[in-house]
Amino acid sequence: MKKRDKKQLIEHIVHGIFAVLGLVTVASVLIITIYLIVSGMPALWEIGITDFLFGEKWASTAAEPEFGILPFVLTSVYGTAGAVLIGVPVGFMAAVYLSKKASKKVKNVILIIIDMLAGIPSVVYGLVGMLVLVPAIRILFNIPDGSGLLAAIIVLSVMILPSVIKVSVTALDAVPKEYEEASLALGANANETYMRVSVPAAKSGIAAAVVLGVGRAIGEAMAVMMVTGNAPNMPSIFQSVRFLTTAIASEMAYSSPGTLQQNALFSIALVLFLFILMINAVLNFFLKGDKDQ
Amino acid sequence: MRKIISLILSVVMVMTVFTACAGEKKVTTDGSTSMSSVIGALSEVFENETGITVAYNATGSSAGISAVMEGRCDIGLSSRSLKAEEIEKGLKETVLAYDGIAIIVNPENVISDLSLENIAKIYTGEITNWSELGGSDAEIVLIGREAGSGTRDGFESITDTKDKCKYRQELTSTGDVITAVASNPNAIGYASAASVKDTVKTVTVDGVEVNEENIKNGAYLVQRPFVLVTKEGSKLSDNAQKFFEFITSSDANEVITKAGVVPAN
Repeated sequence: MKKRDKKQLIEHIVHGIFAVLGLVTVASVLIITIYLIVSGMPALWEIGITDFLFGEKWASTAAEPEFGILPFVLTSVYGTAGAVLIGVPVGFMAAVYLSKKASKKVKNVILIIIDMLAGIPSVVYGLVGMLVLVPAIRILFNIPDGSGLLAAIIVLSVMILPSVIKVSVTALDAVPKEYEEASLALGANANETYMRVSVPAAKSGIAAAVVLGVGRAIGEAMAVMMVTGNAPNMPSIFQSVRFLTTAIASEMAYSSPGTLQQNALFSIALVLFLFILMINAVLNFFLKGDKDQ
Repeated sequence: MRKIISLILSVVMVMTVFTACAGEKKVTTDGSTSMSSVIGALSEVFENETGITVAYNATGSSAGISAVMEGRCDIGLSSRSLKAEEIEKGLKETVLAYDGIAIIVNPENVISDLSLENIAKIYTGEITNWSELGGSDAEIVLIGREAGSGTRDGFESITDTKDKCKYRQELTSTGDVITAVASNPNAIGYASAASVKDTVKTVTVDGVEVNEENIKNGAYLVQRPFVLVTKEGSKLSDNAQKFFEFITSSDANEVITKAGVVPAN
């Protein structure tokens, strides 16, 4: 009897430890959320939400500082959209090829390479972008400086490839063989089967891949910072621009605490956080749709 | 009873950990990224002589200043003078050295001298083409540092171009500026003279070359102070005090000079 009690006690303790460790994640999210809201709100009040979100000029250290983040928001949106526009078709086609057409050997080799691409640190993407891509754009388009939105879009589209491809491949692999066999038996050729049967059957998974790519692109800071030039201009394809992430990263180190400048940076973080939450909500929607089917 | 004993034991253990920390021979410094080479050289010599280690956290001038204010480090490093509001908060500055800010262009550029006035005109967008200064017919690409950087603050206050610079690129480190200028034939940038490499060309300002003598005697105009920040009224730890005295003494001058900046004391 006593032995059983002891066993039960140990069971309880272990259960407790696991529960606490599990709660660490939840606690981190809560702390970050609360911290962002608490430190992001003061500047929003002081500047005014409309002035902050729709102001077109950012001059945080000027004698008469201005804190408008519309250029950053638009740059982040355009940059991400551009990356998705280039990265998703490429990634999607690659996924269809890998899942349906490639031999098992080729598929395995390519998947390993894609994993390597995913493992490259973003600062390396930035470095290659800075030393190869930026001068190439300058020479190719004959403009004074190649750093800007276009360079960021190209770097980001490469960076989102791994997540787009891997999630799409998983979704396409999960399409029941019977669907394709039925289609083939009805006289459709291979390409028709893949594009009209397999892809629609995997559409929620592919949509999730796209949203995941969007999340990766909008949250990237380091690589983007190294190729965009970082001047707070309104976005334009060859202009030097600043993303939401880089706006925070480039000024945080030098802003003194308690000043409006630093508080405004926290407000930018809050805006970025809301963007990411929205993207996550959309992602959850697609993933849930997948399960309901 | 058992509980009380274990409580006391754990308190004692925690205390030992703390005293162990305090007993460790260590000085912490925090701040300006521009000061890394000079602080690195100084702490190496200091460590060899005394066995006290010096930790250096490269966070940026303002971050270093706030670290001192919050007591997170012994000595703060700033590559700009303290602002009035920072002195009001009880901070004290001691100038360690002077740093010349070099004006750099791509090695392919034919221009080798610029007047301070022309530098200001270039950065405010009054002069936009190298041909206006006798160079090739190409648009000038302005490279600078991010808002709040000590180098940018130094450069803009010396050239009187505060808030008026029309940067094409605002980069976040000295190394990035040098790389960007080195890879674009039409670029101009500014960087700490101590860290300029052969990949870029340093121009003379009003005919004066950036070198130790010219910075010290004030002939070279684009220069700024390297400042040690401490708390007014509160005593440094013994080790930190030793380090502070060593780096502000004339014994350290040779090391400071070797690191590429001009000693103040």
